[in-house]
Amino acid sequence: MTDLRDRSRRNFLTRCITGAAAIGVASLHAAGETQAPAAKSRVVVARDPLLRTSGSTIDARRLETLLDRTMQSLFNLAATHENSIAAWRRIAGAGDSVSLKVNTLGGRGISTNVDLVAAVCERLQQAGVAARNIIVWDRDTEEMERAGFRIAIAGDRVQCYGTDRVGYEEDLSAWGSVGSRFSKILTRSSTVLINLPVLKDHDGAGVTIALKNMYGTIHNPNKYHPNGCDPYVADLNMLPDIRSRMKLTICDATTAMYEGGPAFKPEHSWKLNGLLVSQDAVALDFTGWQLIERKRAEMGLKTLEAEQRAPRYISTAADSEHGLGHCDPARIAVVEIQGGAS
Amino acid sequence: MNCALVPAEGAACMALDRRSFLMCALASGASLGAGEFAAPAAAAPLTAGAQAQNDAQFTVEAKFYEKLPNRKIKCKLCPRECVVGDKERGYCGVRENHDGVYYTLVHSRVCAAHIDPVEKKPLFHYLPGTNAFSIATAGCNVNCKFCQNWDISQSRPEEVPAQYISPHQAADIARKYGCPTIAFTYSEPVVFAEYLMDTADAAHEAGVRSIVVSNGYMQHDSLEQAYGKMDAVKIDLKAFTESYYAKVVTGQLKPVLDSLVTLRKMGKWLEIVYLVLPTLNDDDAEFRGLAAWIKTNLGPDVPLHFTQFHPEYLLKNLPITPVATLERAKVIADAEGLHFVYIGNVPGHPAQNTYCPQCRKMLVERVGFTASQMLIREDSTCPNCHHSIPGIWHA
Repeated sequence: MTDLRDRSRRNFLTRCITGAAAIGVASLHAAGETQAPAAKSRVVVARDPLLRTSGSTIDARRLETLLDRTMQSLFNLAATHENSIAAWRRIAGAGDSVSLKVNTLGGRGISTNVDLVAAVCERLQQAGVAARNIIVWDRDTEEMERAGFRIAIAGDRVQCYGTDRVGYEEDLSAWGSVGSRFSKILTRSSTVLINLPVLKDHDGAGVTIALKNMYGTIHNPNKYHPNGCDPYVADLNMLPDIRSRMKLTICDATTAMYEGGPAFKPEHSWKLNGLLVSQDAVALDFTGWQLIERKRAEMGLKTLEAEQRAPRYISTAADSEHGLGHCDPARIAVVEIQGGAS
Repeated sequence: MNCALVPAEGAACMALDRRSFLMCALASGASLGAGEFAAPAAAAPLTAGAQAQNDAQFTVEAKFYEKLPNRKIKCKLCPRECVVGDKERGYCGVRENHDGVYYTLVHSRVCAAHIDPVEKKPLFHYLPGTNAFSIATAGCNVNCKFCQNWDISQSRPEEVPAQYISPHQAADIARKYGCPTIAFTYSEPVVFAEYLMDTADAAHEAGVRSIVVSNGYMQHDSLEQAYGKMDAVKIDLKAFTESYYAKVVTGQLKPVLDSLVTLRKMGKWLEIVYLVLPTLNDDDAEFRGLAAWIKTNLGPDVPLHFTQFHPEYLLKNLPITPVATLERAKVIADAEGLHFVYIGNVPGHPAQNTYCPQCRKMLVERVGFTASQMLIREDSTCPNCHHSIPGIWHA
């Protein structure tokens, strides 16, 4: 019985432990070749106005339902339970080792929601991934604990810990302006990478969503903040260790920040009660940026461009040199859905 | 952790505590020749398995910063002037903002320690033939694509095994092992300025001098305060163009030139190293401009070392600097009127020796990092023509 939440109340992985034993250890291989983005990228923006039961508490069941509807929509599938799992089978299956890169820098205020991660783990197991071949991770174990994650390092259950427990590769990986050592969690425990960032303003980069969350996979992110993180964010995401494994981004926008990031500032956060999901991290970042701009306008703040901190790295990631995805609105299909418990 | 040194038999090598990161150069004279080919002046970081480090032990409020609204700070240590939000770190990766107070995370957090010949720094005009207890912490305020110590300089402190060595312990170790100097080196001492200052004070109390090997990329005030405590300074002037500093170093040239002038005005013994990278900073005009600038702004007696590049880090695609290139650089700098132009990282090259600029007598002969002959008199003059030879030659 495993629970990601520090204060245990759910037993969401129980039924899969047996399956884990039967499947055995997945072979760890560098995933296949990278793919050019499709002609048009789909970004699902799902919201549930009733996501919170009372005060700021998120209803885990509604969140799980919202996730299901989002994944069904991403792959244009009918809203059935079977299709919830079918959608996940397009991401990973038996034999895969799946790492879920969360973002826990913002503490309990604004980190990837534990219940959302738990729901992803459950669906992955239903899609055939062994529990012990799923790892929830970020840079630092203590930060993860502070964000509410329960640490698990052994046994036939979902693993949950930071890179500080295993370290970084000795060898450098380099592309363009970037030369870094990757977390061994990424390189040695993942065939599939699922990115689970949050939606935040960033005082230097403009916004920090999917692409920039990869700063948490390397040993020297402090070196890549000059010039609004451009072109460092794009260059980092070009590295094969990331690009070959990245299959999906699920941005937790249950709570978001339109100003004052990346540290949590309650006065600049808002309850968006949503998720942004895409297989194109560039398109997702562009879409998330527009949501932040809309909120800034609503709050009477200048645009990020006017503040000279527009996230230029997003267009760099989409340029012909990088080709990581689309940031042209004409090539992004934003699908807005309203979720909720059925 | 304690800091007990356990001298090995014959005091040839030492170990610090149970980890073998303190290498001794006392017995390495014979082996240095090979060593300098492999990795000139490279540090050997701790490579033992990562151990839990008590971060609080190394965390001290930083000296050079100003507080901004919303718990932000602006670092005033180097020209980068990082504006750092709460719970974030600056570019160097070793300074962190906690609730609007900026802290260094590397005070007494030593990740590399050796006893090196002072010639290895290189300082050729400063106590030749002596050893320096040489220490470093993690971190750097630039990101040179050729860095030979990138595994410590480009890492955050928690990623590098380290040992607590207080300022007084460092001074004690230097004294115990007959080192007249402590050298702050290997990574970038700018980023551990507080530890450097406290250690220099402790060392002076113990009769030990301090030297620093640095990129000089500092603000004026921090330079004066921190390096004001140094007895000698070696600055790596990485090129003589802003474009190189921007592309290869991730820094700026102008503040480094300003630092050199300030250090000279402060009366510090100063030497300059220029690492020559094939195709990137080996142009005749650049050599000439560099030498002319030094002569005009610092004077002809500041030693200039043209050193050989070995492929490292992010520039493994470049070849080793041809010796002919280094010799060409020396010819140009000599012609510009500099009195002490050396060729570095080329063991046995005659341009590693010191010659009297007046009578050309060889005054200091060097083999590898060892000063094998030192003829300069107690009054710092040439024994042949009595010309004054600038430097600190005798303890």
